[in-house]
Amino acid sequence: MKNKKIKVEEAVSRGSRNSRRRFLKMSGLAVAGTGLLLSCSDDDDFTEPTDPDPDVFDLGAGDLGVLNYAYALEQLEAEFYTRVLNGSYWSGAAMEEKNILQDLYNHEVNHREFFNAALNENFDADVVLPSSLEFDFSSVDFNNRDSVLSTAQLLEDTGVKAYNGAGKLIETGTYLVIAGKIVSVEARHAAAIRSIRGGDMDDFKLFAGDDIIDSSGLDGAENPSVIIEAAGGFITTPFTANELP
Amino acid sequence: MSIIKFLDEFTSDNLKDRGSSRRDALNTFSSLGKKAAMAAVPFGLGAVSQKARATTTAFQNDSITDALQLALTLEYLEAEFYNKALDSGVLPTGKPEQIYMQIAKHENAHVTLLQTALGSSSIPSPEFDFTAGGLFDPFNEDGTGQETAYGQLLALAQAFEDTGVRAYKGQAGNVMSNPDVLTTALQIHSVEARHASEIRRLRSLDGWITLNERGDNMPSQTQAVYNGEENLIQGGVDVSTLGSGDPFTAAASSQAYDEILTGQEASDIAGLFIVQ
Repeated sequence: MKNKKIKVEEAVSRGSRNSRRRFLKMSGLAVAGTGLLLSCSDDDDFTEPTDPDPDVFDLGAGDLGVLNYAYALEQLEAEFYTRVLNGSYWSGAAMEEKNILQDLYNHEVNHREFFNAALNENFDADVVLPSSLEFDFSSVDFNNRDSVLSTAQLLEDTGVKAYNGAGKLIETGTYLVIAGKIVSVEARHAAAIRSIRGGDMDDFKLFAGDDIIDSSGLDGAENPSVIIEAAGGFITTPFTANELP
Repeated sequence: MSIIKFLDEFTSDNLKDRGSSRRDALNTFSSLGKKAAMAAVPFGLGAVSQKARATTTAFQNDSITDALQLALTLEYLEAEFYNKALDSGVLPTGKPEQIYMQIAKHENAHVTLLQTALGSSSIPSPEFDFTAGGLFDPFNEDGTGQETAYGQLLALAQAFEDTGVRAYKGQAGNVMSNPDVLTTALQIHSVEARHASEIRRLRSLDGWITLNERGDNMPSQTQAVYNGEENLIQGGVDVSTLGSGDPFTAAASSQAYDEILTGQEASDIAGLFIVQ
């Protein structure tokens, strides 16, 4: 077993393929207890689940699945802002916008490396999402202010919905709190980008606009399947989330 | 207190033998998605017996009900603050007033939502004193002048929103046994974070918190809101060591993660504005 820097109580005995099977089984039961159905949990003899396509990475179940899922989203955001900072809009942008986008780049890269570290310290390398997802941002013009800011808004709002929807899938309190620490920063980002865009059109409520906050004052929350479908246009490396709702 | 220690404290089984009122509250919460459930539960049942719960020492016991009562107390505080701000004549029209109107709408909706969720375990609003015993005059009721009052309106809004973000986050573990409650709490939490970002930006600060800095022109009394935000250790790892360059400075590494407040810390902050 690896010497863990990132301490998670329930993460014991996940150091082998065999223990991964037990983990899948256990997390399947735990999640089924919340009323969700999982395809992997009806396996009576503990045989290795049959992978429908062994060449395609599956995010996995339980905390592993959620962490891999978050890692994919943070890779996407970090790559987006990396390209923003290499584009001509950013290099010539007004100071306020330049500073905001630099900060968003910093935070998303930090988040990405956190998930990389957390996953690799607690799980076998073969069940950790590869660090080199590939992306297609051909729909974004990084030399164009509106294209960059509207995409940033979409990604940040999507990140908020993703973390809000994934919270209930997290089994370990430590991970839930860390997800909470990250999602509020994503929401701060979303509001800042929206505030800039709202200022352009004298819509001073856009930071938390009625287009995104419902009449009960609630932000969005979506399951991984919905988010992956929405973000899929940007991610070219195929992966599946067969064990997440 | 370490996060692990903090989490250990609410994994006790004391939730399992709670009485029917809690089950009722949770059942109500499960149906929150249905608009019809809104306002169906009269506010303030049991108000007299539970009046003391809104005071600063009421939230020692970790449970979903206590977490939601803390949340409701904070929402009462925010809703009344923004409602009075809008009535005060202190806010400039245009952008500031528009921002406060949008936030007030959300905070009032959160009050209704949490009252409904708590049902018979709901609590009445405490009596608030937004002068904090005469320190502030945010509504210009005491003749401090429009400009000073407006500065205080902004500073208090920032303190309340940044507190709200940290307080909800601190309760996430306490409500994780109920997926519906947890999801709803997260959906409020991120709205508070949007508010915090915008109020901070209206005050010419970044939307995010750097180290434990309360920011320019914030009264020293608000420092408790920011203590602990300088933390760099996430899940046992120092996130400033995960790479080099701008994303891994102490400043950026602290900005990238908001920290929790315990229930006690959050109610202590709220208590500064509650008439005892």
